[in-house]
Amino acid sequence: MIIQDLESNFQSKIDQEIKIEPKDWMPEAYRKTNIRQISQHAHSEIVGMLPEGNWITRAPSLKRKAILLAKVQDEAGHGLYLYAAAETLGMSRDEMINDLHTGKAKYSSIFNYPTLTWADMGAIGWLVDGAAILNQVMLCRTSYGPYARANVKICKEESFHQRQGFDSLLVLSRGTVEQKAMCQDAINRWWWPSLMMFGPRDSESTNNDQSMKWKIKRKTNDELRQQFVDMIAEQIKVLGMQLPDDKLKWNEEKKQYDFGEINWDEFWNVVKGNGPCNNQRLDARKKAHEEGNWVRDAAMAYAKKRKMPPSPEGELRAA
Amino acid sequence: MKSASQVLPLEITGQSEGYERSSREAGWPLWEVLIRSKQGLDHKHVGSLHATDAQMAIENARDVYTRRMEGVSIWVVESKYITASNPDEAGELYEPAIDKVYRHPTFYQLPDEVNHM
Repeated sequence: MIIQDLESNFQSKIDQEIKIEPKDWMPEAYRKTNIRQISQHAHSEIVGMLPEGNWITRAPSLKRKAILLAKVQDEAGHGLYLYAAAETLGMSRDEMINDLHTGKAKYSSIFNYPTLTWADMGAIGWLVDGAAILNQVMLCRTSYGPYARANVKICKEESFHQRQGFDSLLVLSRGTVEQKAMCQDAINRWWWPSLMMFGPRDSESTNNDQSMKWKIKRKTNDELRQQFVDMIAEQIKVLGMQLPDDKLKWNEEKKQYDFGEINWDEFWNVVKGNGPCNNQRLDARKKAHEEGNWVRDAAMAYAKKRKMPPSPEGELRAA
Repeated sequence: MKSASQVLPLEITGQSEGYERSSREAGWPLWEVLIRSKQGLDHKHVGSLHATDAQMAIENARDVYTRRMEGVSIWVVESKYITASNPDEAGELYEPAIDKVYRHPTFYQLPDEVNHM
């Protein structure tokens, strides 16, 4: 078949909502876009363990520590589901890890912000995981089968993350004056970066059109962001806290919230590597990888040794 | 021209034309994980992971895929031992079943009296 026919066959499958599976023919750009997006999603799960890992030893109670541990462990699992999905497109795990460590591959900028207080754990669960869930719910219907299935698994586990975050903030919001202030401060610091998680405005996003046509994405950045604002603006009333945006206002005509402008200079600055924790996060990942090298080598050597036929000496000893 | 099955290896080993095989083989082997969610049901494919040997694959599968009581039994198989059919040959492979409607119970219109057969 000539390439035009392959391409039109491919698009017609997408239009009919037939999932694309790994061995199916796909345009090279579709493969590349998916590899880029899935691996960056995977990296985000893995790097995302770092800001929360920071608080495991300092969680205020055994209950909160157990919850936080379980949540961070989930993120590792999510990273694995996603790496496995990206591997079906022909890129090895080692290459992906290498691209992360050299800075060639990005991860979500949100994890380049520091976690300064315990309340940040609640704010991350509620806002950051809340934003991620909206994206991942959409991705359960993405056109590439393995990526869609990975997101279904992720979403099943992720809703506990958001709920435990809100639950944690709710306790603080009903606590002492200091606890309330800590809660509000965390919301103030995480609100705008959470809005940035949805990416640039539709008018400035280079990947939107083609990704929508290929149904890799089902909603645009701005649509998802609006959905998030509408959800959080209601939920925050239960906490009795404020979102740090004086332009936030219900628009009766549009039946949605109006909100202020994101600081796009900050957004691009963090994307380009100049956020508060970019270096720290990457260094931590590289260090963990390098220091784990001997463990991986030893495990491999042990597996090889066990596969080898026993030496005569070994047999003697066994006898 | 080589058939696609020769050019494109298994879906689940993730290798495909244009990508180097060697970099993958430097790492730990890939395993497919199948889980029985409860007694009486089939093992079902849930995903894959890397491990040095079968024992580690089962332990990792336990940690990754059964944290919320999702399973009572785990199978692992190294991905390279799975042979997959080729989607390009789907026509020849499944076409013979298309015109055999008489294999379905709905093909037979029976009198109302025996309609619950």
